[in-house]
Amino acid sequence: MKITVTVNGADYTRDVEPRMLLIHFLRDELGLTGSHWGCDTSNCGSCVAWLDETPVKSCTVLAVMASGRRVMTVEGLAVGGRLDPVQEAFAECHGLQCGFCTPGMMMTARWLLDNNPEPSEAEVREAIAGQVCRCTGYENIVQSVLKASSRTDLR
Amino acid sequence: MQVPAQVEYEKAASVADTLTLLERYGPVARILAGGHSLIPMMKLRLVHPEVLIDINGLSDLEYITVSPDGSSVSIGALTRHAGLLASDLVGEHFQILSDAERVIADAVVREWGTIGGSLCQADPSEDLSAAFAALKGSMIITGSGGAREVSAREFHTGPYETVVGPAEMLTEIRLPVHSGGRGTGTGSAYVKVSRRAGDWAVGAAGAWVRMAGGQIEDAGIGLAALGATHFVAAEAEEFLAGRDMSEDVLARAGQIAAENCHPPADQRGPADYKKHLAAELTARALRAAVTRARGRTA
Ligand SMILES: Cc1cc2nc3c(=O)[nH]c(=O)nc-3n(C[C@H](O)[C@H](O)[C@H](O)COP(=O)(O)OP(=O)(O)OC[C@H]3O[C@@H](n4cnc5c(N)ncnc54)[C@H](O)[C@@H]3O)c2cc1C
Ligand code: FES
Ligand code: FES
Repeated sequence: MKITVTVNGADYTRDVEPRMLLIHFLRDELGLTGSHWGCDTSNCGSCVAWLDETPVKSCTVLAVMASGRRVMTVEGLAVGGRLDPVQEAFAECHGLQCGFCTPGMMMTARWLLDNNPEPSEAEVREAIAGQVCRCTGYENIVQSVLKASSRTDLR
Repeated sequence: MQVPAQVEYEKAASVADTLTLLERYGPVARILAGGHSLIPMMKLRLVHPEVLIDINGLSDLEYITVSPDGSSVSIGALTRHAGLLASDLVGEHFQILSDAERVIADAVVREWGTIGGSLCQADPSEDLSAAFAALKGSMIITGSGGAREVSAREFHTGPYETVVGPAEMLTEIRLPVHSGGRGTGTGSAYVKVSRRAGDWAVGAAGAWVRMAGGQIEDAGIGLAALGATHFVAAEAEEFLAGRDMSEDVLARAGQIAAENCHPPADQRGPADYKKHLAAELTARALRAAVTRARGRTA
């Protein structure tokens, strides 16, 4: 089935099987390997990308459901070679160790800050409650998101 | 690697279009809403639809409105969990739903999972099935011949089974706004025990009450994951109606709820522990509902 999806601002037309999951479309068809494929059971959140304005666990939607829609992945966060404040905050606060959960964490964090620019610590924890990090103990991830929220140049 | 088996895909443009497609393909077709139950089930090869009918384009099924006379609230089947949680109307009249939504899955899943999909999935642990049963709501089921209204308490016919026919779809959930007369107040609450954040219930209870002074005029109790027939603790509701509120009465209602449900032993806990939860959570939900009702007395 022929689909056209706008990913990080560019249109991609591909012929895919309806059963193809969005995560595999992004990684295998488009070579965008920033979105990670972890648990496969909608529990870990490493595959979180945006479908239109909303984060989604891309292992739990079909690529065909994204046809005619916009997808944003972690590759779309930096603009013109300049990192997003969320990315900079993760770097500054040591919000990652192995990095496996990081793209999903950052996509959810960016969505949270777009809707709630000054979240409390509890609100940050609630936003990422469906995402698993096996390295950091979450503390530095939460600190990273709070740090990003304190930036005045938050886009 | 988990991937669904081969399947055809159709994108529906309207309710009428969905019904036409359902009729054309017959029982091998399935409606695809948020997909957050259906796609995992397809990955595990627990269901084998041959055609998926995607209803995500039916934005006219995404609404929460109050009837002109204020007597009921209608929720479109494609309303997302996040929409229910964010609704002021729901927060004002049905705190049980806001309580439940806070502990259903996680923030990202709640953006995609739909209310209609939750109810039609008919998982015995589905929180909203218990909450809507407690509120004595009803479901509007639409087919090519028109719409019919079915009580929330008759909607589920068994685990993963509902009264929705193969050529029908759920379009709306309707909830009565029990305002009662002067001096009465209503309140509701939902409490859940789960093993970790975002997980399905080990056991959960929702309660709705209408209070007239110190008396419980009417009550609704829904149980999730606890093996209650139609998600309802009917015997405990009967016991409560017309009784004066006291801690003993709430505890007794909890015991009656526990005596009349049949929770399965599984990896989430043994049956006797779940019976204990049925008693304790019923009493807690009732207590919270009564407190809220008293705070809202007209
Ligand atoms: C990680 C995770 C955690 C979860 N935790 C919880 C939890 O704690 N508590 C809880 O209650 N739920 C939980 N859920 C389930 C979640 O609530 C449901 O998956 C979701 O809301 C179902 O809605 P959907 O739109 O995704 O349905 P879908 O998966 O699209 O559909 C489910 C079923 O309903 C049918 N269907 C959908 N819409 C209609 C309609 N309008 N008319 C007729 N049939 C229809 C489909 O054909 C399918 O058979 C969890 C899910 C995930 C992924
Ligand atoms: S891979 Fe999608 S949630 Fe884990
Ligand atoms: S940094 Fe390793 S899983 Fe989060």
